[in-house]
Order: sequence, then structure tokens, then C-alpha cells
Amino acid sequence: MFSWLSAFDIAWMAWTLPVAIFFGSIAVALLILTYLAVRYPETPRRGILRISTTRGDRFFITLLGSAFINLFWIAFSVALGFTEIGLWGALGLSAVYGIAVFRYV
Amino acid sequence: MKPYNNRAWFLVLPVFLIVAFSAILPLMTVVNYSVQDTFGNNEFFWNGIGWFKELLDPKSELGGRFIDAMGRNFIFSFLILAIEIPLGIAVALAMPRQGIGVSISLVLLALPLLIPWNVVGTIWQVFGRADIGLMGWALTGMGIDYNYVSGVLAAWITIIMMDVWHWTSLVVLLCYAGLRAIPDAYYQAARIDGASRWAIFRAIQLPKMNRVLVIAVLLRFMDSFMIYTEPFVVTGGGPGNATTFISIDLVKIALGQFDLGKAAALSLVYNLIILTVCWVFYTIMTHFENAERRMQS
Repeated sequence: MFSWLSAFDIAWMAWTLPVAIFFGSIAVALLILTYLAVRYPETPRRGILRISTTRGDRFFITLLGSAFINLFWIAFSVALGFTEIGLWGALGLSAVYGIAVFRYV
Repeated sequence: MKPYNNRAWFLVLPVFLIVAFSAILPLMTVVNYSVQDTFGNNEFFWNGIGWFKELLDPKSELGGRFIDAMGRNFIFSFLILAIEIPLGIAVALAMPRQGIGVSISLVLLALPLLIPWNVVGTIWQVFGRADIGLMGWALTGMGIDYNYVSGVLAAWITIIMMDVWHWTSLVVLLCYAGLRAIPDAYYQAARIDGASRWAIFRAIQLPKMNRVLVIAVLLRFMDSFMIYTEPFVVTGGGPGNATTFISIDLVKIALGQFDLGKAAALSLVYNLIILTVCWVFYTIMTHFENAERRMQS
């Protein structure tokens, strides 16, 4: 029944579990945001950045900022001479940053 | 403010599907490549954040290349904006306001915008050659040592002049549209007050061009920061690495050396920078619009 699916060879996409989890969680977050937008409509508000943002905007700012937090984490660790770099610290920092963004921006 | 009705977003679904195939799936693939190594044949090996460590380490080969290329990108974009924006405003101010001159100048200005990038590159490559190109021949004839193949300065001047030639028109057209939207009453009031030409520009024309200028800066920054075709055709990134911008280096790494992992990590960081700048500009733009709307209401 699903044999036609094998016609789509996606080996070139080289999927890995961490990347799948990464995109999966973004997709889930987007679904949650969509549900919230439908169930609890909101008005944009203005926070410390003086720009009006919705939940979606704040989510975008969180993702963008987290990417930079992770990159700077790696860059600083390399500069300090670490060879084994764990990203859990960067993830924690991103979470704190994300909460702050949703709370104050 | 009343809450947004978001149902119109469903109309975006077809576009979303197209974008999924043209952008999202490739993006996912690039993220996958950035954490793996490959020797071809669709065989991949887990490398974790190895490529990112190398990329963000200025002492490594890849990191050094990245920092250098990014520096060149920012210098190029800065020069482009510093030349094209004032020049575009000046040309727009000098353009005729009525009569046949309007159509003639608009058509002439639009011409460079209609030429494909690689053709622009080829035009300037020939134009700058000392043996058959008008500019190269004339400069050499005047005793100026101009050779964009071997001289770093000549190569930079050539690609910057090329970009100015190609894209200043866009700034001009945007500014001209902004200027045309100013009602005559403003100028009459200024004339009654005896305002100088400079005062009119500072107090009326520049503020009214605010929004189109933000758009112009955004478009010109993005385009110049992502520049690939023109320097690739004219200088190929040379002499040495003098005009190797990130995009040119990226293609060298991905297709020349077939280092998909390195290229993927590099393109993700490159993409992130562009995305951030885009977001900042977009936010400023919408901020302006909202402020204007509040002032009107």
C-alpha cells in the first residue's frame, strides 16, 4: 500500500536524530502557537524593546537569539581552549533567555 | 487595538507548500549536513559540532577564511551603501518632475536593473580589460596602472563601480517615488518661509523619504551582502583571495572541495547573519509605519 513511498529516496537529506528532534520541536512549538492564536487571540504588546510583538514574534526572537547564544558558546569555549564542548549550558542559557523574551519583550 | 483575525493565513498555505520544497527541505538538509561528514555516495558520518568548532576558531583554516571573507563582505556592503544611498538621493533630487524628461530618465535608469547579474559581470569584465575594454584601455592609455586581474585595489574599484552602476538606479527610483509623494503645499509653505534649498531637503524631503530609504538600505544591504555572480564573473574571487566573499568561498568549499559539512556550517552562520539583519530592518520598518499610523489617527 505504501510501496510508492519508496520512490521518494531521501538518503541525500542525511537525516540524523538530533536534527530531527530539533525541527520536530520547532514544528510542535508552531502547532502550539497556532492553537493558542486560534483559541486565545491576542493583541500585540510593547515591551522593553519598544516594538510591538505577538507570541510568534517573541518565539522568533527566542530562536534567533538562541542560535547566537549557541554559536557564541562554541566560539568562547574554543577561544578558552576547551576541546570537548557540551552544549547543555548553552541550551540552559537559551531557555533563560527565551523565558525573559516571552516575559519582557 | 482589536485582536487580529488570523484566518487569512490559510490563504498562505499554497505558498507554504512551494516554500517547503524550495527552502525548508533544503534548509533541513543543510542542517543535517552541518553535523556530519561525507565522502560522497550518500554515506554520512556523525561529526557533532565539529564543523562549528572549526568555523568559529579564527586560528583554524576554515575559521580564518570565514572571518576574512566576512570582513570583506561587511566592507563591501558598507562601501556600497555609503556610495549608492547618497548618490541615489542626489540623482533623484536632480531628476525632472514633469514633461518628457521624466519618462526618458526613468527608462534610462531602469535599464541596468533589467540586465541579468552574469551579463553585468561579463560587461564589466570586458569593459575593464586593457586590450579590448574601453575603460581599461583608456585608463592604461592615461598611464594609470589598472589591472583588475592582478591589482587588489583595481579589482575592488571595478566590482564596486559595477555594483554602483547596476543598483544605484534602484535607490534612485525608490527615492524618486518618495519625492513624488510630497504634496506641493509643503514646498509652497517652505517658499513662503523663505527656506533655503538645504532646509527644504532636511525638513521636508528627507523625512518624507524616510520609509523608502529604509527599504532601499535593506534591499541594497541584503543584495550586496549576498553578492556572488558579479565578482565571480569578473574576478573569480581574486587576485589571491582579495575579492573572495562568503558566498564565493562557500561555493569553493561545497563544490570545489566537496566539504559538504564545512560548507553547511558556514552557510548556516551566513544565513543567520542575514536573517538577523533582515529582521532588524523589517522591525524598524514596521515600527515606522505603526508610528506614522498612530500620528495620523
